[in-house]
Amino acid sequence: MNSLQHAAGMIFIVIGLGFDVFGCIGLIRLPDVYNRLQATTKCVTLGTCSILLGTFILKGLGTTGVKAILAAIFLLLTSPVAAHALARGAHKSGVKLWPKSVADKYEQDRN
Amino acid sequence: MKSKLVLFIIGFIVWALLTWPLDFQHLIVGLIVSAFVAFITGDLFSNRPHHFGHITRYIWFCYYMPMFLWQCLKANIDVALRVLNPRLPINPGIVKVKTTLRSDTGLTFLANSITLTPGTLCVDIDAEKGILYIHWIDVRTQDIDKATELIVSPFEKILKKIFE
Amino acid sequence: MKNLRWLTGFGILAASILFVMLYPILSLLSWQSGFLAHSFFILMLCFAMCLFRVMAGPTPADRAVAIDTLGILIVGFCAILSVPTGRDWYLDIAIAWALQSFIGALALAKYLEGRGFDE
Repeated sequence: MNSLQHAAGMIFIVIGLGFDVFGCIGLIRLPDVYNRLQATTKCVTLGTCSILLGTFILKGLGTTGVKAILAAIFLLLTSPVAAHALARGAHKSGVKLWPKSVADKYEQDRN
Repeated sequence: MKSKLVLFIIGFIVWALLTWPLDFQHLIVGLIVSAFVAFITGDLFSNRPHHFGHITRYIWFCYYMPMFLWQCLKANIDVALRVLNPRLPINPGIVKVKTTLRSDTGLTFLANSITLTPGTLCVDIDAEKGILYIHWIDVRTQDIDKATELIVSPFEKILKKIFE
Repeated sequence: MKNLRWLTGFGILAASILFVMLYPILSLLSWQSGFLAHSFFILMLCFAMCLFRVMAGPTPADRAVAIDTLGILIVGFCAILSVPTGRDWYLDIAIAWALQSFIGALALAKYLEGRGFDE
């Protein structure tokens, strides 16, 4: 393994770890379910995809690398669908928006 | 029948990637398994399998992926800055937008793209009227046309060429 | 009696988290790459934040979101684990875990909507 490959993989892994931490801080700090879902879906998904890409760069086109790319594509396809289902379920189960929210057109149209 | 063939090819490619160093025995097992799966569930896979034969759709898809990844990166930096800001500058709300896409695959990809781009999260889809309900972390306008202009229109033109 | 039960639960949780966090230190010397071993601590911090949200979340939806996030983080954990050890079946675990976490999130969403599992 040459050093350029090693450095590029490590940079991708560090960026991914950073985005994971930001997403989890958002999970703690933001006020209601929908905002938390925004932070975790975006940051944690792209952070984990970046870690998998770093694994691919470190390992090259072997068994591990191809599986990492496959896992990244799968995650990029399924994670927004899960977030969409959770947001819809939360709204239907009666979770209110944050009191300082601006508008809720969905609530108006359902009644 | 054509749908079954497409599912067989996709399943075989995924199997070959999962058992990557190409090996004769693995390929034979993959052939049998993907043929079985395609035979059982092939009719559920796609309503319009002839779309898989059009070359222009793949070219537009290759144009769509880098744009989507760039928007995704911008979304991440945006959310990270909002979370790290001590004053927490958020202004959330649920708005309505219109879309002209009708096919199920197109709507799914539009919802996925909206979820992974800056500040928006798709909450529900009304497929008959073509209305999406979107949770926006920083509501700039509540008007339906302006919101459509801001959120949906960058993706809709390309997705229409890929999936419709 | 109730306090005792809570105390026992927290004790077991704290002991398991401490064990998992101290385990990389013990085997740090045998690994080649130093940074990757330290990166487990960062991911452990993320896991702890998710577990806090699972414990403190005011509504069931918050807990479902935290569990979904935990599933995605574990995929990244398995990917990092496969680099210094050099074993490729960690990625198999990662793919299977991503699939199972996705289906689990869909089932939780269906439960939140108030529908049965057989609809």
